[in-house]
Amino acid sequence: MSGLFSLFRRLEGPQTVGHGPAFWSVFGLALAAALAYPLFSDGYTVGNTVYFFVWVFIALSLCLIWGYGGSLSFGQTAFFGVAGYGYGILTLNFGANYGFTLIALLLAIGIAALFALLLGYFMFFGRIAGVFLGIVTLAVTLMLERFMAQTAGPEWHVGVARLNGFNGMSAMPPLTIPWPGGPIALFADIGLYYLVLGLLVLVYLGLRILMNSSFGNVIVAIRENPERAEMLGYDVRKYQLITFVIGAALAGLSGVLYTAWGQYITPSSMSMTAAALPLIWVAVGGRSDLTSTVIGTLLVLAAFQALTIYGSQYALVFMGVLLVLTVLIAPNGLVLAVMNWLGRLAMRQKQGTN
Amino acid sequence: MSLLELRGLNKHFGGLHVTNSVNLMLEAGEIHCLIGPNGAGKSTLFRLILGEHHPGSGDILFAGENITALKSFARICRGLSVKFQVPGVFKGLSVRLNLEIALQSRHRGVELTQEIDRLLAFLGLEAEQAQTAGNLSHGQKQWLEIGMAISLKPRLLLLDEPTAGMSPEETHLTGEMVQRLNADGMTVFAIEHDMAFVRQVAQRVTVLHLGQVFAQGSIDQIVADERVAAIYLGQAHA
Repeated sequence: MSGLFSLFRRLEGPQTVGHGPAFWSVFGLALAAALAYPLFSDGYTVGNTVYFFVWVFIALSLCLIWGYGGSLSFGQTAFFGVAGYGYGILTLNFGANYGFTLIALLLAIGIAALFALLLGYFMFFGRIAGVFLGIVTLAVTLMLERFMAQTAGPEWHVGVARLNGFNGMSAMPPLTIPWPGGPIALFADIGLYYLVLGLLVLVYLGLRILMNSSFGNVIVAIRENPERAEMLGYDVRKYQLITFVIGAALAGLSGVLYTAWGQYITPSSMSMTAAALPLIWVAVGGRSDLTSTVIGTLLVLAAFQALTIYGSQYALVFMGVLLVLTVLIAPNGLVLAVMNWLGRLAMRQKQGTN
Repeated sequence: MSLLELRGLNKHFGGLHVTNSVNLMLEAGEIHCLIGPNGAGKSTLFRLILGEHHPGSGDILFAGENITALKSFARICRGLSVKFQVPGVFKGLSVRLNLEIALQSRHRGVELTQEIDRLLAFLGLEAEQAQTAGNLSHGQKQWLEIGMAISLKPRLLLLDEPTAGMSPEETHLTGEMVQRLNADGMTVFAIEHDMAFVRQVAQRVTVLHLGQVFAQGSIDQIVADERVAAIYLGQAHA
């Protein structure tokens, strides 16, 4: 019981912005609005919102590795792609019966995490750090993109699943929940919306607890001064590797959900553009905080989609401008700057009333 | 038994022989100062002891165990601790969190809170506990890092110029603190240029010159040694 209490206590702490009744009231309201939202909207719009939510996991993975850990990974899309293709290959081969899509979800994330464990081992224990970490991870995702793009021929298949080169894989089953009255297939509307929303809340709260724990303290300490962290007796590389693997699993979760959402996955999901976009969402939001990452990602994604509809050729240019503006105006993130400003305002008001 | 023993420690950087067959024994319970002109290899010797550099040849024994091949964190876990020359605190984090990170692997819950409070009081940083460590004065940063280093309750504490940038009063206070820690059983090995500090605390002094142990003895013996005066103290006593 006391263990559970201390777990809840870690929902707030020095590593996460937002605490006290005011913050959790806003959180509760936002959650209630998110839960009620499908009742007031149509299936297509809800499906589109799921699409936004799906990307938040890869943004959180970058927030964890880069914002908290201080290691810039430019290739989170590699794990996104590996898990996405993994889900496709598994479900095309074994189908959706007996809840196998859920097992495939876990297996695909596991494959991405295992891949990160191998890659991360060589990087961190080979003392690759700083900009070189970004270069290596970017090279990995681009290499995977190139490789998958040339698998068009019929000889490229795993079981019955054709890889299909540049066009990518499609027609894999959506996530399907086994049910006594017949399995429930979660197509890209209300069903999938609630599943992804649930996962999002779970991951967000879980990461808050993790970052405010002693593990999170060490991760942040490594970002601030890796030498000092080592000289306090912490095995820096081990902590970096664990963070990297957790991040890869989150990026993998994004990949699986994306594949299940649209029932397709293409090599371009691991391309240069795809790899750069999460960096922009996270940088604009505020990479050193989970909440600002979530809000920033959703805002930028919505703006990006609106721009793509009304002026497609300018959307990417706008992203670039947004990144430059962030670096110039609020290097720690625009959303985070606003959040901190609101926090100071509330503090001042509280002091004024006392 | 000697707590730390260096046997024939060699380290080259290209053609530069930074430490040259260094043999040194540190007795358990002593305060030992390492002095020498700039470039003598003092800080390199510390980095070899800590495992940040690896020697070309030679052995490092800690409490009888050969730790030459161990990683830095593993040496720390065996009872070594260090305060660096340039204050190495976690600048972006609060003073309190700095100490929490140092203490959290040994204490939990209420005990951890109490231990942090105790250490804050010991360091005289209670009023600054919520401040970002990067905003502290240079002297306060030095104290904070010393606090983090001693919070590990090490058997051997390495101090690389602990009083650099401190006023004479602060230096004296640091000396008293080192003596208090030593009275509690901590062995201290300090690099120091401030001769007042060395005179205050050192039970034995080793002079390093051109990467070699040049002289060793009590501070009075070292000061009386004309060869040492010629290479090092000569500048101060001229």
